[in-house]
This record gives sequence, C-alpha cells and structure tokens, in this order.
Amino acid sequence: MSDDRPLSEADKALATQTAEELRAAALAAAESLPVDVHPPTLFDVQEMELNFGPQHPSTHGVLRLVIRVDGERILHTLPDVGYLHRGTEKLFETETYPMGIPHTDRLDYVAAATNNHAYCLTIEKLLAVEIPRRAQLIRVILDELQRLSSHLVWLGTSGIDLGAVTPFWYAFREREQILDFFEEYCGARLTLNCMRIGGLPFDITAGWVERLMEFVDDLPSRIDDYEQLLTDNRIWKKRTVGIGVISGEECIEWGVTGPVLRASGVEWDLRRAQPYECYDELDFAIPTRVNGDTYDRYIVRVQEMRQSVRILRQCLERLPLPPGEFRGKVPRVIKPVAEEVYASIESPKGELGFYCVSNGTNRPYRMHVRPPSFINLQALPRLAKGHLVSDLVALIGTIDIVLGEVDR
Amino acid sequence: MKVLTPTVLTYLKVVILVAVVPAVVGFVIVLAERRLMGFMQARLGPNRVGPKGLLQGVADLLKLVTKEDITPARAEKAVHFLAPVLAVVPALTALAVIPFGPAVRIGRIRTPLWVADINVGLLFLLAITSIGVYGIILGGWASNNKYSLIGGLRSAAQLVSYEVPMGLALVSVLIMTRSLSMVEIVLRQERLGLWFVFPGLLAFFLYFVSGVAETNRNPFDLPEAESELVSGFNTEYSGVKFAFFFLGEYAAMIVISCVAVTVFFGGWLPPFPNVPALDFLGVVPPFGWFLIKTGFFIFCYIWFRSTFPRYRFDQLMALGWKWMIPLALANIVIVALAVLLTPGRSDGMFVLSYIFGGLFVLMFLLAKLRRKLARRERLAAVPASAPEAT
Repeated sequence: MSDDRPLSEADKALATQTAEELRAAALAAAESLPVDVHPPTLFDVQEMELNFGPQHPSTHGVLRLVIRVDGERILHTLPDVGYLHRGTEKLFETETYPMGIPHTDRLDYVAAATNNHAYCLTIEKLLAVEIPRRAQLIRVILDELQRLSSHLVWLGTSGIDLGAVTPFWYAFREREQILDFFEEYCGARLTLNCMRIGGLPFDITAGWVERLMEFVDDLPSRIDDYEQLLTDNRIWKKRTVGIGVISGEECIEWGVTGPVLRASGVEWDLRRAQPYECYDELDFAIPTRVNGDTYDRYIVRVQEMRQSVRILRQCLERLPLPPGEFRGKVPRVIKPVAEEVYASIESPKGELGFYCVSNGTNRPYRMHVRPPSFINLQALPRLAKGHLVSDLVALIGTIDIVLGEVDR
Repeated sequence: MKVLTPTVLTYLKVVILVAVVPAVVGFVIVLAERRLMGFMQARLGPNRVGPKGLLQGVADLLKLVTKEDITPARAEKAVHFLAPVLAVVPALTALAVIPFGPAVRIGRIRTPLWVADINVGLLFLLAITSIGVYGIILGGWASNNKYSLIGGLRSAAQLVSYEVPMGLALVSVLIMTRSLSMVEIVLRQERLGLWFVFPGLLAFFLYFVSGVAETNRNPFDLPEAESELVSGFNTEYSGVKFAFFFLGEYAAMIVISCVAVTVFFGGWLPPFPNVPALDFLGVVPPFGWFLIKTGFFIFCYIWFRSTFPRYRFDQLMALGWKWMIPLALANIVIVALAVLLTPGRSDGMFVLSYIFGGLFVLMFLLAKLRRKLARRERLAAVPASAPEAT
C-alpha cells in the first residue's frame, strides 16, 4: 500500500536537506529572533516550563508532561507518551491468533483479564463461535474481579497522590486477596493469560467458588472502610470537588469513556449498551453522577465496586456446580476468513476494543487496540488548564491511566 | 560539690538536651511513627532490626551517615551546607526554655528541670522557631532545582502565614497568665487549678493546627509533598545533611508539642491538681506527666499523618488567612472580655471553659449528624437496581 500522492515543493526541499543544513537553518532562525532589551524582573508574569516525569512519583509510570506554569497555575499541558512503547500492535501481526493473548496482558497490566477478554471476543467474533454458558459466567467473574482490583489500585494510588496514605494499604490488602484468587485460578497474579479463544484455559475448582463467595460477602464492609476515610473527608472534598470538570458532551467529543464519562452524567456502559457474554441477564446498576469533577469520578468508581460485588454474587449463584463445558468448538489451527471486525468491552478504564483485519492466514494482517487510557489521557490538557500543579497530580490520578496501555 | 555550681549545671543540661533529643528522635519517635503507622495501615512496620525492631533508629542513622553526601553542580555550596544546620539548631535552642518539670533533688544537688527560665520565654520561643524557616527556604533555593525551589517558596509562604495565628492564639493565653515566662505559665495553672486548655480551647486548636503547619507535617506537608514536588526542598539532599533536615523536622515537632503541653496542658502538673480525689495521680512524677502529655501530641502528629489527605497550597493559605487569623483575633477579644468583665478575674476563665466546652460538644454532634445525612443522601442517589434489568 504505497502513498502515491505527489510531494509538495516544501516536502521535497525538506527531504533533500542534510542534517547539517537543517541545523544551520534552525540556528539562523534562532539568532534572528528579537532580543528582549528589558529582561523580566521578579514582578513580571514569568512563565516557567516544568518537566513533569517520566520519572516522577505521581505520573503512574513513565508519562512525561511538559507543563507551562505561571507561578503554580497551569497554562498548558503537553503529554509526551511513548516511553513504554513496545510495538504490541505490530507484534500481533507476527504471531498466530492464540499467541496474541499473552501480549494483551501487558497492555493494561493492572487489568489483564479484561484485556484477554476483549482480544478473545474479537477473534471469536471473527470465527463466529459460540461460548458455553459456564465459560461466559466465569469470564464475567474474572472480569468483575479484575474491575475490582483495578479500581482498588486506582483508589490507593490516587489517594497517595493527594497525600492520603492509609487508603492505599487498605485497598492493596483486598487487591492482594483478589490476586490470590487469580493465582489459584491460572497460576499468575498480574499477567494472567486467563482466557482462550472460544472459552477458558481451565475450569474453576469447587473450593474457589466458596472462598470467593466469602470474600465477596466481606467486601462491602471493606469498601465502607475506604469511604470512611475519604468520602466525607473535608480535605479530600476540597481537593477533588470542582477539579477538572468536564461535561458529558465534551467527553463524547474527546472520545472519553468509562467512569470519567459516567461521572459527567452519561449513562454509557458497554455491559449494558452492547451486552456481551451474559451481562444482559444480570441485575446491576450503572452509577452516574452529574458534576463531572474529580470527586464524582471517585464516587462513581467506588459505586462501581459495589455493583461489581452484586454482579459477582449473581454469577456465583448462577454458576452450575457440576463441571461442564468451558471451551467452545474452535478449530485447532485458527484461520479465520478474510474480514475486518471490531469488538469492545467495558474495561475498568473505559471502552477497550480490538480492531482486527484478517487476511485468511493464521496471523492477523493488522491489529489495532482502542485503549481507553490513551484516549482518556487526551482530555488531560483540557482538564488541567487553569488548575494548579497540585491539581495536575489529582487529575492524572482521576483519569486512571496505565502507561502500558497508553504506549502499547 | 563546689564543682557543680548553677552555671556548670546549666551547661550540663544543655549538653544533655543536645545529646538526648536527637537520640530520642532517632530511637523513639521515628520508630514509634513507623510502627504506629503500620498498625493504622494494616501492616507491620519495621520489626526486623533488633528485638521488635527497636534498633531501627540505629540502622536508619547508619544508612544516612554512610551515604554519599552529594552537592549538586551549580548549587550554592555554602548555603546548601548551611541550610540543614539552620533547620536543626533553632529547634534545639528552643528547648532551652521549656520547663520539663519542677526542681528535682539528685543526691545533694537540687536543680530545676529547665535550662533557663527567662522572663520572655514564650516570645523567645516564637522568635527562635521562626529562624528554622530559613533552613527550608535556603535549602530549596540553594539546590538549583525547580521542584526544590517551589518547595522552599511554598514553605516560606506557609510558615510565615501560620506563625500569625499561632502567635495570636498564644496571646490569648498571655491575657490569662499575665506572664511570658514558661515556668510562670505552669505555676499559674497550678494556682488556678485549671489547665488553660479549657478557657483557651479555641486558642489551643488554633495553636496546634498552626503548629502542625509550622512543622510541615500532614495535612500541611506541602513543602515536601512527595507526589507533587518529589520531596520538595530536600530533593537534592542526601546523607548527613538530609539527616539534619529530618532531625530538624522532628525536633520542631517536639518543640510544638512541649509548648502545647506547657501552655495549655499544665506542663508537669497532673490532671486537675486541685481535686483531692485525684491525688493518686501523684504517683507519676511530674516529669513523667510531661512526657506522657508530650507523647500524646506526638502521637497526634502521627495519627494525622495516616488519616488526612494533603491540602492544596492555595487552600492552605485560605485556611490560614481567612479562618484561623480572624478566629484567633476574635478569640483574643472574647478571652480579654471574659477576664476583664468578671470581678474575680479568674471566674471569667471558668465561665469561658463551660462555654467552649459546650460549643465543642455541640459542634461534634452536629458534624456527626451532617456526616450521617450526607451518607444517606449518597446512598439514595444510586438506583438499587437497573430499571430495565429483570
């Protein structure tokens, strides 16, 4: 697929210049800039460019932001992503369909199960396979556990960003238990690789269900603990209410999804809007708030955790106890017809989709990820404008980004 | 025993203070902080070094002392060196006027448990602790690092602002004591049979909140806000210099707690010294009472740290200037009126105690009610189940 458009004159000139010539031209341009005869004094408005990250404790990884500040007020934010780019999308093209699943673990590495799920769902759509009901239920259980653990990581880290250290330890205590459940299920704690095209790699064991039920029964009181520390806390409210307000319309324009969108009053959740697996038969609410500020995003996520508990409970009750089929009829060598499909699920961060172009071989011709973190991050300059540097920290936290997914 | 003249004794006490306070900081407070925070945060805290982790302070100290002492390139070398010293020395100096207890007899020597009882003790304290600010500002400036500079400037503004309500809160106590001498303040409380925290409840709150802000601790730890400024003013410090900043912060905490105890909680006095039924409290020596009370305030510091999020800088300034300073001014007027308008002079303090106590209980109940209502409202806002789901 070559680009046959003719080059413009400027492009041609640029393409024929050597590096030295370019450097000389840049130097000449810099020297011709007017010299300020009055250097700024202390009392002039002085803009300062502050480099925020990639090695900064609250950028949640290797996000780099170049911010222009006037005092502590942010004039402009420029996210500079790519420090964790590993070429995952290209990697998919080089490997067979089932071999792509472990790569998805490394996208949003605090929510591997939902990544696996979205990938498998896309390939299943391509193959048009039926998933056994047992596998559907277990997938939903794994998804919701993952949502809980992802939200717990978010709660803990964004608490620390605002100086509240204790919720972190409480949240990680429960997350640790969730990881234990994952470990018992598939042997891994973070990079789970816990789904297969057409179903699941393993069936669950009987004791697992009982222990999970116990944990799920215990969870609401634990969530109360976090809320006790934060929800009505005066300082927490001061730091979050009215910070980074974004309206529902703007969210839609920016393509923002997930809790950020729902906190702005748009009741859009793919589990309800485009039900996959068995979500359409489950009874759960979609928490929304109207103000679209950081506090509302906090409330929405906490309430989502409570809804996840409800979903988990229903799934565990519906799970047919005698072990049954947990993998659909999938050919040994997966060679889908040449087609283009897109499938997406509601990941903890928003709409996570995979766009797959198949050319009839056993490898995808092209695979594109629609990462919610990356697209939500684009709204950060809009959210941060006019706020203070301290708020920037809160805002990075409230978008809930994972750099593995942003950079892919 | 002619050697131990009062002058020599004073020198001896100074040496003990300078030697003991860092040791207490290292071994007791840091360990207590880490273990207590561990306890509050559902984890263990350091428990590996020595029995029950008691020697953690030694390990920390060894680590800090053996670390490379880095001075960044293009830093102001002299100021960079001087700043940590400026952070520690005033805090230790301030301890000179704290009365830890009344006179004690050791063998044939009888000596009070304070280094100096100067007639402007409280004023001296306020003056000398303000110098500690320079350590932080200069440290932030001399590091040649933008984040450190922001941290230093933040602390400059913060500490200067919070010194005002702090001083004003203490003024209202001075109206009741009519003396600036720290010893006299304690003796006055003994004579009245009333700790000044009761008539000065508001003053105490203002003082302690400002005190937390003065020592850069949560929720006012903005100059060193880790998540924003990557440690702020001390980012470019390592080794012994960093240890000095660390020591300075904890020594300042001790000073604030000691002043709170002396001025508001009767210093070395047991609770309600005039009630005969409570005489059994005398089994704890006066110095013990002082330690218990100071320990409580240090515990409060640790407690705050594991409970509160951090204020934003402008909110911190707004709290200081728009709430605490007006409140402190109003408090002075109230206390002055109460003291002047009642005939016995001290009767007014008892009246004030009842008023403040009542208001405190009322506000506590109201806050509880508000919290409950907010929670109910929040729960009502979520639909229990989706309308379309069956």
